[in-house]
Amino acid sequence: MARTEFNIELCKGCGLCVSVCPQKIIALRKDILNSKGFHPSGVEDMDRCTGCTICATICPDCVITVYR
Amino acid sequence: MKPVFTRTTGLTDKPFHYCPGCTHGIIHRLIAEVMVEMNILDTTIGVSPVGCTYNNYEYFACDMIQAAHGRAPAVGTAIKRVHPENMVFTYQGDGDLAAIGAAEIVHAAARGEKISTFFVNNAVYGMTSGQMAPTTLIGQVTTTSPFGRRPEFEGYPINVSEMIATLRGAVYVERVAVNDFSHITKAKKAIKKAFRVQQEGLGFSMVEILSTCPTNWGKDPVASLRWMEDAMFKQYPLGIYRGQDLEV
Repeated sequence: MARTEFNIELCKGCGLCVSVCPQKIIALRKDILNSKGFHPSGVEDMDRCTGCTICATICPDCVITVYR
Repeated sequence: MKPVFTRTTGLTDKPFHYCPGCTHGIIHRLIAEVMVEMNILDTTIGVSPVGCTYNNYEYFACDMIQAAHGRAPAVGTAIKRVHPENMVFTYQGDGDLAAIGAAEIVHAAARGEKISTFFVNNAVYGMTSGQMAPTTLIGQVTTTSPFGRRPEFEGYPINVSEMIATLRGAVYVERVAVNDFSHITKAKKAIKKAFRVQQEGLGFSMVEILSTCPTNWGKDPVASLRWMEDAMFKQYPLGIYRGQDLEV
């Protein structure tokens, strides 16, 4: 049981978290824009999140908080 | 559920101004996390460089000071000698440290100044829009080497860690990278070790951190990490160049 929170206002849509997620459940949310004008990333299927923190570790902008 | 990964208190709340995918943000976070874990946030004075990270005094929650271009080790030397009980680190890029500041870093290391230097190497001048740096790889295209760096015209890249490791005053020199989870973990350990060397008063410590510059490399952030692994690791092998047997 794990949960990942994204501070979408900080996200610059670089996609590094998308590339490293072992569960492949992170994607850029093409349906929304943040105030910087980026498509922020988010988790599509939170039930499959293992809370491994790999996404948060590679995030250059401290967007991600992980709960486990 | 309890939080297992949160924004460290070693950073201020100010959002980074760096380009999307720039790994400066990861390196900032690692340094801040180490300062919090070692409980030295209140006693650390950092020296900001000139370059993309010119205003990183806005981001670190410790005391910071700005140095002239390349002169961070000289400013750090002064701070450490006046305040020997404080921890002092310099944060410098390759244009700052390896070009205009080459003399400062060499002599700070030779004198064995008890400061820690975090040297971020992304093989290009980032802030001024991608000119060739001393660390630019052979064949790498930049705005001032449009045909790729040619040794007969532009010379060879400088391997700073290897150079500094020849000096007796340098106690600990390691090159790390921030391209994936395991390397980021190793980079954090290296940063901690550099601070420990300073805390023990052993001498000069430097960690060279290979970084990316997606904007000026002309690659997307993920492709930049792969290029770092494929091209930069060959020119700049990771590892400990001084202080292999160090126990701190």
